[in-house]
Amino acid sequence: MANIIVNGKKQEVTLPLTLVDLIKLNDILQPDMVSIQVNEEFVERSEFETFTLKEGDQVDFLYFMGGGAI
Amino acid sequence: MYDFTEEELNRYSRHILLKDVGVEGQERIRAAKVLIVGAGGLGAPVAMYLAAAGIGKIGIVDGDVVDLSNLQRQIIHTTPDVGRYKVESAKETIQAINPSVEVVTHRDFLMANNALDIISDYDFVVDGTDNFPVKFLINDACVMAGKPFSHGGILRFEGQTFTYVPGSACYRCTFDGPPPAGAVPTCSQAGVLGAIAGMLGTIQAAETLKYFTGVGELLTNKLLTFNAKTMDFRKINLKRHDRCPLCGKNPTVTHLIDYEQATCDLASHKASNK
Repeated sequence: MANIIVNGKKQEVTLPLTLVDLIKLNDILQPDMVSIQVNEEFVERSEFETFTLKEGDQVDFLYFMGGGAI
Repeated sequence: MYDFTEEELNRYSRHILLKDVGVEGQERIRAAKVLIVGAGGLGAPVAMYLAAAGIGKIGIVDGDVVDLSNLQRQIIHTTPDVGRYKVESAKETIQAINPSVEVVTHRDFLMANNALDIISDYDFVVDGTDNFPVKFLINDACVMAGKPFSHGGILRFEGQTFTYVPGSACYRCTFDGPPPAGAVPTCSQAGVLGAIAGMLGTIQAAETLKYFTGVGELLTNKLLTFNAKTMDFRKINLKRHDRCPLCGKNPTVTHLIDYEQATCDLASHKASNK
């Protein structure tokens, strides 16, 4: 088991774990609507499948929010 | 230097009392020219607070008319305004709040062919729009023109905002391009608690006033997000990055783009809920 920080909260996970695995694990409904930063560095969408996480990583799921005036 | 009248000194006295603002800060506010794109959920509180604050010139871009369903959150418009152009209704409210504000109405939608021209008359741009194509357009135009802006987005119970100044991280540094049209939340997943628009809009108005008065630290290189269900506020550090398609080392976005957007069809939403 390893601990990572997801959106500011501690999460226990089993390694190895890719970003795609984490997306599934956390039931992200619309993966197309998130942008991901690991340790405050932007990760390209094309790397989600190969990007492996390690103990202590800080992951931020940033959601597209388009509303405002509709 | 602008000489405030006794009446103006009285009107703005609660700003002037602030050591960080004072008469000098109020003069900067008076000299400021702000463009608000979208006279809707976000644009409404932004325009009203900036008008009350005494911003010298406020431009509003919106080609839409007021719909009854707007009134749940777009507080610059009132019930008798339904059916009127939003820019007209907004202008009337702004002038009722503060007649000394010069209001310029752009009864149009911001597009690739008018964006640079419209923003060129202003010092600061506020994104109060409801869709990704225009959010990217505002970002791209402002980055290209070296124009500071406030980004804002809301969804359901959540909001997010950051402030751009030339050299800081732009929207594409974090969200490299619009989400695929099919991924945009459908009606049944969307919706927004009206007061959330007020929460985010007032943050954007405060950022605008901070920009002009130089008070404090702006939300540059930081994305402020909040969830009103838990009232959790987070600031996430953003970085300008070399691979940004707009402000990176090898930009691929070199001209303004009108992206397509899937629209939310409320009629079919009602049908599907039967």
